[in-house]
Amino acid sequence: MAFWVLALVAVVSGALVFKVDSMARATYALAASFVAVGLQVLLLGLSYIGVITVLMMIMEMAIMAVYMIMYMGMNPALMPMNMVHGKRTAAVTSGAVFLALTAGILLAPWPGRSGDSDPDPTAALGEALMGSKMLVMIIVSAVLLATIIAALVLALPRGRYDRFGSDLRCRPPTDPQPGGVGR
Amino acid sequence: MTLQLVLIVAAALFCVGLYGALSQQVVVMVMMGLELMINGVILAAVGFYWFVSPTPTAQVVLLVVIAAMTVEMAMGFAVATLLHRSRNSDMTDMATDLSG
Amino acid sequence: MGELTVVVSTVLVAAGVIVLATFTAALDAALDPAGRPPAAGPAPRGWSAALRLPVVESARLLRQRRRTTVAADRLLWRVGVLGLPVLALLMAALVPLGPGTVADSSVGIVWFNALDVTVWALVWMAGWGPNSVYSLVGGYRFVAQALAYELPLMFALTAPAVAAGSLRLTDVVGAQHNVWFAVWMPAAFAVFCVSVAGFSVWGPLRHPAGVDIAGGVFAELSGVDRLLMLAGRYALLTAGAAIGVTLFLGGGSGPLLPEWAWVAVKTAALCAVLILLGRRLPTLRADRFVEVGWLVLLPITLLQVLVVSVVSVGQAGG
Repeated sequence: MAFWVLALVAVVSGALVFKVDSMARATYALAASFVAVGLQVLLLGLSYIGVITVLMMIMEMAIMAVYMIMYMGMNPALMPMNMVHGKRTAAVTSGAVFLALTAGILLAPWPGRSGDSDPDPTAALGEALMGSKMLVMIIVSAVLLATIIAALVLALPRGRYDRFGSDLRCRPPTDPQPGGVGR
Repeated sequence: MTLQLVLIVAAALFCVGLYGALSQQVVVMVMMGLELMINGVILAAVGFYWFVSPTPTAQVVLLVVIAAMTVEMAMGFAVATLLHRSRNSDMTDMATDLSG
Repeated sequence: MGELTVVVSTVLVAAGVIVLATFTAALDAALDPAGRPPAAGPAPRGWSAALRLPVVESARLLRQRRRTTVAADRLLWRVGVLGLPVLALLMAALVPLGPGTVADSSVGIVWFNALDVTVWALVWMAGWGPNSVYSLVGGYRFVAQALAYELPLMFALTAPAVAAGSLRLTDVVGAQHNVWFAVWMPAAFAVFCVSVAGFSVWGPLRHPAGVDIAGGVFAELSGVDRLLMLAGRYALLTAGAAIGVTLFLGGGSGPLLPEWAWVAVKTAALCAVLILLGRRLPTLRADRFVEVGWLVLLPITLLQVLVVSVVSVGQAGG
């Protein structure tokens, strides 16, 4: 029962993302959709992954809100936004995809459940990641590190030497935007 | 609650995201559409975990999907920042060519 | 019988949070030499006046008419303001109190982490909602500062989990029967206290509510909204201290008194220490704190987790 309420919340707030009048509201509608899906994951037995989904998604949405407002320059007043192109094509395409997926879901011969779930899924996940699935862990770590470095390189307006200010040889550096540590 | 119903909900989320990704003009709204699509994938993966194979491997798949979503969002925002800086625009329609 | 116990313990935990938050606010008032709003009368002198001040101020704010701003985003504003006390109660529900525990989740530590990340969203919404420059600046300062202490906090929460071998808060309390975790994980405990100060916008991390921006996220609040947000701030401090007591100070263990009494006593003591230190230390500017968080706190917590992991592996294997 709770599952269907959460499913409804997820789909409705997902649709609301593209309908509301303010970027901050769109971002938090998406956050609500993610939290609903995270709680559904929790209900299906995966407590660790469910809580992690909720945590990461709220954090992402809080940061995303800052970026969305920065790019679109909006203020908290509600202004109707309607920046779409090819709305009818998109609606037809997504409707057709939904019908195709539903047909596939209802007609495909799904296998039955193979065995019971572990009594402690978190411990099982930890042991799998550190044992037989260690390659996944290594690759995901490398990819995340590459993402951090790439995103910083692309997005930072300051270069490597901007923190020295006007004189590159002055120690301690006269940083035009000083931090708290004094480097 | 059967596998089919969970998958239909996931398909609905996927298609709402697809509508957003195809119809929105602003880069960040397209990314929100992509996020919704991956949301649908997460729900489908959990449905498969519970109804087909309740093994740790399915949980590892979920973690990979979540990591992929994080990576997509980080790189998407970095590229959107660059686009805004060089062309002072946040619309996908203004970014259809390579040269400035 | 099971449901009745849960309902009764929920009500009692909520009452406990309110009592302790009032105590925290009274202690804060007793230590505050100036800065009373003029309508509240002269500065309190002595303990009886300070203990009355939270109640008096609550009554005044409940009577006050709500002030609105032009084109405010009311939905997000109310969500942000109402969410803070609710979040503090949710945090307090995780604390193991012996038989009266409300929600003893198998991933309790991660739930606490998720709740304190929700504070980011709520404080930002409370800053965005009123459509006012000062509160918006406060909200943005909070997000920048929270990003800096969040990663050290996550690692500081990993340290007790590794030492106890479990993410369940009762197991963490049980693993401290020999020696409290605060004794041999001081860096993790210190970073945890900094983060509690951070998510309750307190002490050296009160820049989002700073006096240079007319109170920041509190600038446009009035009436019952102001009461809820101030109460939420003190309640978050209390709930964070309660989780800190569970994770690092041995939880409810102790002679003579039952578990919930020990948790209450230790929480009150940790709250008093946080209030005293918060009053003594100057405010750190958010952009300076960002560098401190990433360059100082993060390596310290990583080293702490390394030490804890080595000790745990040694104890388990040896």
